Amino acid sequence: MNKPPDMTDAALHLADISHDYAKRRALAGVGFSVPPGRVTVLLGPNGAGKTTLFGLISRLLPLRQGEIVIAGRSLKAAGAAALEPLGIVFQQPTLDLDLSVRQNLTYFADLRGISRRAANERIADGLERFGHRRRVEIVRATLHEPAILILDEPTVGLDIPTRKAIVADLHARAASGTAVLWATHLIDEVWDDDRLVVLDRGVVRAEGDVADVLETSGAGSVAEAFARLTEPAEGEAA
Amino acid sequence: MSMATVARYRSAFRAVLRRELLRFIKQRGRFFAALVRPLIWLVVFAAGFRAALGLSIIPPYQTYITYEVYIVPGLIGMIQLFNGMQSSLSMVYDREMGSMRVLLTTPLPRSYLLACKIAAGAVVSLFQVYAFLAIAALFGITFSAAGYIAALPVLVLTGLMLGAIGLFLSSQIRQLENFAGVMNFVIFPAFFLSSALYPIWKMRESSDVLATICAVNPFTHAVEAVRFALYVEMAPLSLAVVVGVLAVAGGLTVIGYDPARGFRTRQGPET
Repeated sequence: MNKPPDMTDAALHLADISHDYAKRRALAGVGFSVPPGRVTVLLGPNGAGKTTLFGLISRLLPLRQGEIVIAGRSLKAAGAAALEPLGIVFQQPTLDLDLSVRQNLTYFADLRGISRRAANERIADGLERFGHRRRVEIVRATLHEPAILILDEPTVGLDIPTRKAIVADLHARAASGTAVLWATHLIDEVWDDDRLVVLDRGVVRAEGDVADVLETSGAGSVAEAFARLTEPAEGEAA
Repeated sequence: MSMATVARYRSAFRAVLRRELLRFIKQRGRFFAALVRPLIWLVVFAAGFRAALGLSIIPPYQTYITYEVYIVPGLIGMIQLFNGMQSSLSMVYDREMGSMRVLLTTPLPRSYLLACKIAAGAVVSLFQVYAFLAIAALFGITFSAAGYIAALPVLVLTGLMLGAIGLFLSSQIRQLENFAGVMNFVIFPAFFLSSALYPIWKMRESSDVLATICAVNPFTHAVEAVRFALYVEMAPLSLAVVVGVLAVAGGLTVIGYDPARGFRTRQGPET
C-alpha cells in the first residue's frame, strides 16, 4: 500500500524510490512524508530496506529512481546543500575512536560551521544529559539544531532504561517542532501519537497515524498490525 | 561568495585539519616511523652506498656532493609518499569504522571536502619533513636558509600530489587487508624506480628501459622539484608534472568518491 505522500508541510518527502543491489531489489516505489513536530516511526524487520533508505536520504547511496525533498529542496537538484537541515544518526557507530568525545563533537561542529561558543554550550548541555558513546552520536546529530532528524536504529544494543530515555528525549524534540524519522524494528518504541510507516521487503505496507494503521489493518495493537502487515502473502517469498 | 559561505568553508577545513593533526599527535608511532625510516636510509644505507656509487656533478649541484646529500630529497619524497599512503589507509579505516560518513554527509561539495583531506595530509607531511631536515642537520647535512624556505611551497605541491594519489587509491580499496597490496605495488616501485636513490643517468648505465620508467615516474619529478627547490632553483618540467598529476589524481579521487558510485563498507550492501 503506497499511499501518495502528502507534500503539504512535509519536512521530508520521499516519492517513488526504488533501489537495487546487483540483482536484488532493496526498495520498490517507496514514498511517504515526514511532517515537522512529530515522530514518524519507520518500522520494519531486518532487511526491510530501512538502512538503504537512510543511505539514499543522506546521499551515501546514489538516488537513481524517485525523488527526495528535504525542507523543500530536491536532493537531486541541490546535491550536498540539501543535507543542511538534516541531523543523522547512523546504525553503524561513527565516532572516531582516536579522538575524545569532545574532540569528536568539536570536529562535527566545525564541519557544520557552528561557532565555537555555541558548540561548547550545546556540547556541555548534550553531554550533561547523555554520556554513553552511542548517545553521544545523538548529541552530535543535534548540535546544529537540525529541522529534520533521521535516526537509523539508534537504540540497538542499549539497555531498556536508556532506550526509554532516548525515545522520550526525541519525542520532546519533536514536540518542539523537529521532524523526526526513526527507523526501528522494536515495536515497543512506537508511541500512540506517532506516525507509522511499515516497511517490509522494500515496500511500504502501511502509512499513517498509529490509530489509522491499526484500523486499516484490523489489529488491536501495533505488534499485531506489524505481524499482519509483514506476513508474506501466499506465494510470496519471506 | 558571501562572507558566511567563506567562513563555512574555512571552518570545515579547520575541522579536517585539526582532526588530522590530533590523530597524528596521538599516533606517536606513526611519527617515529616516519622519521626512523628515512634516517635508516640516511645513516645506514647511505654509508654503504657511498662507497659503491660515484656521483658526477649534475644540476642543481655545483660541486661534488656526498651520497647522503644526494638522497635527502629522495628521503623527503619517501616521507611524503608514506604519509600519502597513510592518509589513504586512514580513509579506508574510516570507511570501515563508519566515521567517514560524518565527513561525507557534511552539506558542502564532496570535492571540497576531499580537497580538505588532501591538504590536511600535506600539512601533516610538512611537520615530518622539517623534523627530518632538522635531524639531518645534526648529521651535518644542511641547506641554506633560503633553500629551506624555497622548498616549502614545493613540498606543499608534492605533498598534495602524493596525498591525492593516496586518496584515489583509497577510493578503490574496499578492505583494509588489501592495503598490503598497495605497499607492494605502489610505494616500493614508485620509490625504487625513481631518482630518489640514484640519478637517472646512473640507472641508464644499467638499463635504458628502467631509466625511462624512472624518468616518467611522477615520484621522480616530486623528488627533483624538491631537490632543486632546496638549492633555490626551479625545475619547471618537474613542477609541471607534479601539478598535472595532482590535477589528474584529484579528479579521479572526486570520481572515486562520487555518490553515484555508492558507498560500500565491509558489511557489503546495506539493507
